[in-house]
Amino acid sequence: MSILINKNTRLLVQGITGNEGLFHSTQMLAYGTNLVAGVTPGKGGEWVLDGKVPVFDSVKLAKEATDANCSVIFVPARFAPDAMFEAADAGIPLVVCITEGVAVQDMMRVRSYLDNKGVRLVGPNCPGMLTPGESKVGIIPGNIAIPGNVGVVSRSGTLTYEVLYALKLVGMGASTCVGIGGDPVNGTNFIDVLEMFEHDPHTEKVVLIGEIGGTDEDKAAEFIASKMTKPVVSFIAGQTAPPGKRMGHAGAIIEGGAGTAEGKVKALQAAGVKVAKHPEEIPSLLK
Amino acid sequence: MKLHEYQSKTIFAKYGIPIPKGRVAATAVEAKHIAEELGGRVVIKSQVLVGGRGKAGGIKVAKSAAEAEGLAQQILAMEIKGLPVRKVLVDEAAAIEHEIYFAITNDRAAKKPVMIASAEGGMDIEEVAATKPEKIIKVHIDPLLGLRDYQARDIAASIDLPRDHWREFSKIAAGLWQAYLETDATLAEINPLVITKDKRLAALDGKMMIDDNALFRHSDLNEMRDIDEEAPAETEARKFGLSYIKLDGNIGCMVNGAGLAMTSMDIVKLFGGEPANFLDIGGGAGSDKVAAAMKIILSDSNVKAVLFNIFGGITRCDEVARGILVAMDEVKPKVPMVVRLVGTNAEEGRKLLENAKMITAETLADAAQKAVQAAK
Repeated sequence: MSILINKNTRLLVQGITGNEGLFHSTQMLAYGTNLVAGVTPGKGGEWVLDGKVPVFDSVKLAKEATDANCSVIFVPARFAPDAMFEAADAGIPLVVCITEGVAVQDMMRVRSYLDNKGVRLVGPNCPGMLTPGESKVGIIPGNIAIPGNVGVVSRSGTLTYEVLYALKLVGMGASTCVGIGGDPVNGTNFIDVLEMFEHDPHTEKVVLIGEIGGTDEDKAAEFIASKMTKPVVSFIAGQTAPPGKRMGHAGAIIEGGAGTAEGKVKALQAAGVKVAKHPEEIPSLLK
Repeated sequence: MKLHEYQSKTIFAKYGIPIPKGRVAATAVEAKHIAEELGGRVVIKSQVLVGGRGKAGGIKVAKSAAEAEGLAQQILAMEIKGLPVRKVLVDEAAAIEHEIYFAITNDRAAKKPVMIASAEGGMDIEEVAATKPEKIIKVHIDPLLGLRDYQARDIAASIDLPRDHWREFSKIAAGLWQAYLETDATLAEINPLVITKDKRLAALDGKMMIDDNALFRHSDLNEMRDIDEEAPAETEARKFGLSYIKLDGNIGCMVNGAGLAMTSMDIVKLFGGEPANFLDIGGGAGSDKVAAAMKIILSDSNVKAVLFNIFGGITRCDEVARGILVAMDEVKPKVPMVVRLVGTNAEEGRKLLENAKMITAETLADAAQKAVQAAK
C-alpha cells in the first residue's frame, strides 16, 4: 500500500518533448511507472521513448485516449500556470508540478481554481512523488529508495533524496515519498500528507522534512499532537541560515515571530516528534 | 526585488493614489532646487532599501530651501544599516492630522492576497500588531475575483475612517489593488496614509516588493532594480540564475536545492566550521552555470575550502562535474575542494573528476567534516 500513487497510476507528462520532460520521462518509464501519454501542443501524433508513448496536442485529448489519472508538469515557469489550469479542466484528479520559479500571484489563482474543482495539486517547485517499486512521478532518483514502511513528506527537493538515501543505506524503505515543494503558495501541504499516512496501513512511521519560513511545520506539529498515532521523526533545514531579508511591515504583521527553525523545532518536539540534528541521523531516530 | 520609496510612489500615482509633490535628488544642490520649486517647506528622505530610515535619522523636515540643502548634504553622507545613501527624495511637507497603515501582501498560510489596515499607522505599526492585534484589520481577497468595493468600504468602516473620506479611500484601495496585481507585487504598502489638516488623503510613504519570478513579464520594472544596493557577487549570481548570499565564514558551499544548501550550511556549523555563503545552483543547472557559481564562490578571499554537495535529481552530476572542470581550468583555484556527488549520473560525474585532485566524500556528514578539516 501507499498514498497518492501506486502501480495503477496512469501517468501523463505535460511538456514531454522538452529537455527535462524527455529525460525524466525516460527515467520514469525505466522505473516501471505506467506512463501512458505525453502532451506537447503542436506535436500531437508523434511517439516518443522508442515509440512507447504517444504525444497529444492537449491534455483533454490525451485523457480521452488513455484515461490518464495523474499528470506531471515539466513546462517552463511562465507556461506552468496554464498547464495546471489545463490539467484541471481536462478532469485530471491529481496534478504534480515540478516546475520551479512560478510567479506567486499565478499560484494563488491556480490554487483557488483547482480547489474549487476538487483537484489535488502537488507542488510546484517540488521533486514529485515516489512509491518505491511501484511508481515514480517526478524527478526523485529511483535507485536511492527501497520499498518499506516509512512515509516521507518534505518541502525540499534534494534534501529529501538525502533522507531516502540515508534510509536505504541502513536497509529501511519508504511506503511513499511526497515532495510538496518549498514555494510560499503550493498545493498539498504537510497536514494533507500526514493524514494520508496516518490512514495508510502500510505506513508505520513518518519522516517530516521542513525548513525555515512560513507556519506549515507549526500547523503540522498541532496536527501530530492531536490526530496522529504513528511516530514522526523530523529535520528542519536552515537552523544556521541568516535572518531573511525583511518584507516590509506586512510580513511581520501576517506571520508575527513565526518561521524560524528554532520555533519549528520547539513546536515539533512539544508534539512528541524526535528532531534530528542532521538528515543522516534520521534512521537511528526511527529505530 | 525591492523598490525604493520614490519608485513605489511613482507607481502608486500611476494608479490614482494621491502622493505629495516631490522629486528625487542625488546632490544637495539638486535638493535645494526642488525645495525652491515646492515652496521651501519640504521633507528630505533618504532612499535606501532598508526599513527604519526615520529612526536612523534619515528623514528630516526643512523649513526653507537653504535648510533643505544642508539637510540633504547631511543625509547624503549617511550610511543606514550599512547602506550608503545615494539619493534623497524631496517631498512637499504635509500637515498631518492622522496616520493610517494600509497594505496588500500575500498571506502564504491562506494562499490568498490580504489587505491590511490600521487606524494606528506610522513608525510603530509592528508594535501595534504585537500588542493591540484588534487594531489591525485583515481582509482576504479572492485571487479570482479581485478586490470588491464592499471590501474597501468594510475596511474604511473598521478603521473608523470618517465617512467623508470613504469614497476617496475606496479609490485608493482599488488603486493599490491594481498596482499590486499589475506589477506582480508581493508587497504594496502605504505607511502612513495620512489625513491632512486640509482633509485630504495622501500616501506619504510607499514600499513595494516585486516577485522576482514574475519579472519576465515586467521588463519596465526590472530596469528599476538598484544594483548599487546589492553585493556585486549577488548581482553576478542573479545574472546566471543562481541564488547566492554571502556570509562571514570560510567554507564556500555549492549545493543544488535551497533546502539541501541550508542543510549543508547547518551541518558545516554542526562540525565546527563556518559557511562562507549560501549558494543554490537550482534544479537542472548546466555546466556553464556551475562554472559561474564556482567563480563567484572563489571571488570571496575569505574562502579557505570549498564544499560541493550535489544530490542529482533534475540536476545531472556529470553536468556539474563538467562545470567544475571548466571553472578549475579558468580560475586555477588554490584552496582544497571537497566534492560529493550522489544521484542522477553520479557515476559519470565521479569519473570525470577522477584526475581533478579533489577530496571526495560519501555521506553529507563525511563531506562536511572533510571541508571543515580542509579549511583549517
